[in-house]
Amino acid sequence: MTALLETRGLKAFYGDFQALFGVDISVAKGETIAIIGANGAGKTTLMRAISGVLASDPDAILCRGKPIGALAAPDILAHGIAMVPEGRRLFPSLTVEENLLIGAYNRRGCGTWTLEGVYELFPVLRERRSNPATALSGGQQQMVAIGRALMSNPELLLCDEISLGLAPVVVRDIYAAFPRIRASGASIVIVEQDIGQALKVASRVYCMMEGRITLFGRSEELSRDQIHAAYFGAERHELH
Amino acid sequence: MSFIDTIVQGVLLGSLYALFAAGLSLVFGIMRLVNLAHGDLIVLAAFLLLVLVTGLGLHPFLAALVAAPLMFGAGWALQYVLLNRTLGKDVLPPLLVTFGLSIVIQNSLLEGFSADSRRISAGALETASIGFGPVTVGFMPLLGFLSAVAVIVGLNLLIYRSAIGRAFRATSDDAVTAGLMGIRPQRIFAMATGLAMVVVTIAALYLGTRANFDPTAGPARLIYAFEAVIIGGLGSLWGTLAGGVILGVAQTLGAAVNPEWQILAGHLAFLAVLLIKPRGLFPRAVD
Repeated sequence: MTALLETRGLKAFYGDFQALFGVDISVAKGETIAIIGANGAGKTTLMRAISGVLASDPDAILCRGKPIGALAAPDILAHGIAMVPEGRRLFPSLTVEENLLIGAYNRRGCGTWTLEGVYELFPVLRERRSNPATALSGGQQQMVAIGRALMSNPELLLCDEISLGLAPVVVRDIYAAFPRIRASGASIVIVEQDIGQALKVASRVYCMMEGRITLFGRSEELSRDQIHAAYFGAERHELH
Repeated sequence: MSFIDTIVQGVLLGSLYALFAAGLSLVFGIMRLVNLAHGDLIVLAAFLLLVLVTGLGLHPFLAALVAAPLMFGAGWALQYVLLNRTLGKDVLPPLLVTFGLSIVIQNSLLEGFSADSRRISAGALETASIGFGPVTVGFMPLLGFLSAVAVIVGLNLLIYRSAIGRAFRATSDDAVTAGLMGIRPQRIFAMATGLAMVVVTIAALYLGTRANFDPTAGPARLIYAFEAVIIGGLGSLWGTLAGGVILGVAQTLGAAVNPEWQILAGHLAFLAVLLIKPRGLFPRAVD
């Protein structure tokens, strides 16, 4: 079966600095995977490469077997891959509702997600719909960022560090929405520093260090020790 | 000459400056691009209207309707092919390129139309006027004022109430993230410059029917447009209208005292506003 998304030996560069050294991951349809690792491990770079913000080799990223590595961000979105960027990156000149509507700018088909659907997922956003997006609390802003990405009706949702800087109780609220996002048929890639949260949400986990995958396997089969070793440096482990 | 009449004439003149400035304000607001060729593009549009009026015998208003889509296309292509390449962290390339463009336009117009002063004839409308009590207002200047208000209202509706306007603002905030939303910033910028050129065409209509113009008239128009934008505050279209009006009123008041002081009075008003409110009268809250 062809994976929804696959990277093959993905390399990424910032100028002369190489940030990814041959990363292989795959996401099946309907699957939720997590990418964990310390700061500077290359998780965000991987997200930026997949979403088309960073250019890569055409064949290094495949969507249903089709090479998409060289496409720009709007074309990646047209393939059904939407991103919740690190730091939320809401548009400060736009209201909450306008931010959500921007997500539907190049909407694909007539999928499940509408303004109404997002307000049902995150009811607090309905009350704050006319506020400037940046006037909201961090957690509410994160909800807007997720809702904005959903508005494009993605088949694959990339979530980059959505719990960063948020209180644990707020993080729990946000992750509580994930079963419904999954139920809409979307596959999800989450990038997390919180290992516990990642193992809880994802069925498979990749651990990154220094631009490489150092460990991967099914969430329930990975031990804390293995993850600890992969996180902070050890040999490569593989579990299936 | 009554004081009220001077003020009214100043407001009407100022609305012409606001028309000059609206396109500049739009382009700057969306892509932080200062187009030094803006005045020359207004003059170019005026010559285009002149050709349509004298060559095809069209009425100036009809000529403007024909010229507007042509200028939109020219603006779109100019931005997409040339100016998009100059945008980046460095503010110098757009200034240099549009300065060069200004010289190219002036010289091309000189080559094609000679240095003679020209004028677009609007027939009987030119001398028509309407009386409001003690003040008599020329029909064309009044129409110019109403057009300026309509342009500002229209642009505001477009920017704050339409999907393309949302994309304008989102791209202006953060072009990379806008790309993640499926917006192609290069096309958004091209669309914005195209729209600015439609406004430029309207400005050219009232410039060409009100006063003489020649191929080198652009830079002075640019100065007035700049001053109107700065007085009003960067990024605010209503501010730009107010800025134009303040400039126009200052000029007619100066001229009422001594005709030699017209231009100087406008510049002094500009400097006074900068001194009191360096960010302009109505700066945009989010920068």
